[in-house]
Amino acid sequence: MTATPAVFDPGAAATRATDAILHDTLHGTARGVVVDSPPGAGKSTLVVRAALELAEAGRPLMVVAQTNAQVDDLVLRLAEKNPDLPVGRLHSSDTDPYDKALDSLDHVRKSAKAADLAGLPVVISTAAKWAHVKGVEPWQHAIVDEAYQMRSDALLAVAGLFERALFVGDPGQLDPFSIVGAEQWAGLSYDPSGSAVTTLLAHNPDLPQHRLPVSWRLPASAAPLVSDAFYPYTPFRSGTDHGDRALTFAVPSDASAPDRVIDEAAESGWGLLQLPARHTPRTDPEAVRAVALVVRRLLDRGGASTSERSPDPTPLTADRVAVGTAHRDQAAAVRSALAELGVTDVVVDTANRLQGREYDVTVVLHPLSGRPDATAFHLETGRLCVLASRHRHACIVVCREGVTDLLDDYPSTEPVQLGTLVKFPDGWEANHAVLAHLSEHRVAWRP
Amino acid sequence: MSLIATLARLEAVSTGRAQPAATVRHRHLSTRPLVFVPLITAGEAGAPLGALVGTDRDAPRLLAVPQPRDRDQRFAFLAELADVVLPYVDGFADTVEPAERSETDPETGKRVKVEVELCADAPQLIVPSRAGIDLVRLLGRSTRFRRTAEQDPEAPFPAPPRVPLLGRWLTHFGERARVPGSSLLLAMTDVLSRHWATGQSTLEDQHLGALLAWIAPPEGLSGAEAAQRAELARDAAGQLLCPPAGPATDPAFDNKLLAPAIERYDRARTALAAAEDGLEADDRLGALTAAEREIRALVESRTRPTWDAVWQGLDLLRELPEGARVEERWTRDRWSFTGHRDRVTSGEPPQPRRDDAVTAANKLATREREQSRLEAQEALDDPLVMAARRLSGEAFAGEVVDVVMAYSESKRPSPRPLVTVRTDDTPHLGERARAYRSLGGKPQTTEFVGYEDGPEGGLLVLRVLDKMGRGKEPEPGSVPEKGDRVCFTLFEHEPRGGAKLPDPEETPWTHGGPPGEEPAPEPADQVTEEDIL
Repeated sequence: MTATPAVFDPGAAATRATDAILHDTLHGTARGVVVDSPPGAGKSTLVVRAALELAEAGRPLMVVAQTNAQVDDLVLRLAEKNPDLPVGRLHSSDTDPYDKALDSLDHVRKSAKAADLAGLPVVISTAAKWAHVKGVEPWQHAIVDEAYQMRSDALLAVAGLFERALFVGDPGQLDPFSIVGAEQWAGLSYDPSGSAVTTLLAHNPDLPQHRLPVSWRLPASAAPLVSDAFYPYTPFRSGTDHGDRALTFAVPSDASAPDRVIDEAAESGWGLLQLPARHTPRTDPEAVRAVALVVRRLLDRGGASTSERSPDPTPLTADRVAVGTAHRDQAAAVRSALAELGVTDVVVDTANRLQGREYDVTVVLHPLSGRPDATAFHLETGRLCVLASRHRHACIVVCREGVTDLLDDYPSTEPVQLGTLVKFPDGWEANHAVLAHLSEHRVAWRP
Repeated sequence: MSLIATLARLEAVSTGRAQPAATVRHRHLSTRPLVFVPLITAGEAGAPLGALVGTDRDAPRLLAVPQPRDRDQRFAFLAELADVVLPYVDGFADTVEPAERSETDPETGKRVKVEVELCADAPQLIVPSRAGIDLVRLLGRSTRFRRTAEQDPEAPFPAPPRVPLLGRWLTHFGERARVPGSSLLLAMTDVLSRHWATGQSTLEDQHLGALLAWIAPPEGLSGAEAAQRAELARDAAGQLLCPPAGPATDPAFDNKLLAPAIERYDRARTALAAAEDGLEADDRLGALTAAEREIRALVESRTRPTWDAVWQGLDLLRELPEGARVEERWTRDRWSFTGHRDRVTSGEPPQPRRDDAVTAANKLATREREQSRLEAQEALDDPLVMAARRLSGEAFAGEVVDVVMAYSESKRPSPRPLVTVRTDDTPHLGERARAYRSLGGKPQTTEFVGYEDGPEGGLLVLRVLDKMGRGKEPEPGSVPEKGDRVCFTLFEHEPRGGAKLPDPEETPWTHGGPPGEEPAPEPADQVTEEDIL
């Protein structure tokens, strides 16, 4: 055994992991390969690279992603890496089924019929669209992206289309859900409401499993917290070190609470703007306004970020900031509060829709803020994990006081189902871990 | 809970009466439902103690099990239950109407229409509470694999002839009850709390007596007082005035009344078995019959108030007019009933113990589709439900203030009129979002073009996209006119069907491959020592 290097070299560790994955994918004998990827660990890069290598090896490849945005993004990335590779984009027959940017790519063929795309080295579509493809020769290989967010029944519908597959996903993000109860099948290995990977591994326990060990997105200030709170048994590291990234503001603080929390977050990577304890409706007007104010000040203060990507400071523009909420009506309320303050081009969305996205600074309305109860929805580990892991520089959480008491009043009481894998950590524990850390970066505010 | 539901609950608290949560009835009610009020024995899963069952509110059939741990008596109970349930179910099997169904032709692989039978009506089972539905499922599970002496002469404890069939029907009812919006098997508390908002928690709403106390409190009492009395009031002997709707019984009843009665029954039975001559046996038989009659009276005393409460609930629900789309959902229930009738008559084995991967996925897909359909249909049927959706930004109502004719840019221009709607609602309309309105029961699609004077102005411009006929001019009545009151939803009215899943024989490797050949029919559980008294 060779001596472990004294200094952790993130680049080398990531390369070793990627090489092993590509080796198993291209030369392995197993029908499937599973890759767990923490937030920002280069999952998309891996998918693009694997797709290009499989295409180069002459193996017809289908790629399954979960949303149209993910599919379009993959097509664009593939075209960027290899503009001459013919790629098929299978799309629905709705109006505007794909991103118009695809029209400018010469080697991307788009069709609503799989037969039109036959013979292309790579065909990409959503799981929902693939499920309608029938009566075709199976593809030799498939890549299933965001496999942990794919439901088992969606995999059932498409698995007949390929012989072997590479499954890539982030186990810490939101689990797939169903809008009706599915307790009836809990504990069955093929529970249709479970995640595709759970079913796959239950039936094929010997498949090789890999893990990407380095998050390139999360800064050194965030990776340890996210890793400890959400991935306690599969830790990962940040690809950058303290001091590699910095966030500075041209306009000094006006000593208001939003400015102070911005400075705290710029300094430490985390900020908690704490409002007084109170039970509120979901669209808590004070909290929503606080979120909007923080965003307004972030943009007004002439922020600039420096990072390992470029030595020159990059201005912190509206497209580098995002707001995350738990519910859609909260997102809508934040959007209108932002519009009142004259901010229109900042992305405001729910955790579900922010999955897989990356920003410099995120402002998060805490899922439990102002709630009288802690339901399974609000406690879900993945929700908090998504919201707390979208940023490259800093994350500012807006929350009412009293969430720790709320957590203690409502320990998770979900019934334990026989035969299901207990997921660690549970939301209760993860929420406590995150809150404990955030409380060190607290700015109290009474609006 | 929606904002409007919270408001209704607050109003219920302040007025002391349940508030309407719906203006129409959202579930089908049969003209002749079969009401089933079961009781079970404490500490013995699935051991029935008795039941009231029947279709005549004045003459329920009383079933009682004097010694619930005696398997013979349990079978006798189930056989008696089958005597009530199966003739009722069969009564709907023979009246059929012709209908069409699309099927895949096995030879050509094309979808073709086939003439089939559809039962003109279907049975409806009503239990007091959700726990009753669980018991129906449990009874179904525990009886559908039993073997009768005719099926298997070797069976050590053969079931009475019709019991396995009863189990198959109860299983079907129990499975169908999981489909949102279905009405084959209803729990009275669920249906009542769908239509009224009380001033108590949803957990407390599962107490039928308390729920009815809020909806129709007795003279001189507020809903809260009446509900508290229903939950807690006891007579001088310490027994609840309003016994729980079951199937579980009150521990005070179990300990003070039921246990001594069963003990007396057991003693009488032992004494009868030990009788040495005919005369003595006659005497002791009399004592046994008396002990049995006592238990029957106890069971009746605990089920009759619930029985009456269920019928009272039915009366209350019948006062509401049926929602316009309830009939359509009931037709789905009729299809489900007809399908199971056909499976039974064609001699198929009972429902398997566990769903295979494909069946489970298909069921989940159906239920998700029915859930979206139910949510959309309830809103379209009921302005009060629509109000909740409008408040949450998923719909908007308003007045048409302008209609400008426009056409699509294609070789054969089609009408694409622009409709301006003034609304006080605040829908979450994104760029090019779709909005739908109901036009003669069918959804008409429009596209959100923009606000006429900013989001605050409340003037929305929509482009109508379909349902205007094939001509250059839209068909009369297909485009809203100035001054019309309109209501648009951002959710679709008809959920789309999902993709077809592979056949179970083609289950892919990711899901364990095709299910193995199971010995059919599945054997019942092994008999253990505990099974025999």
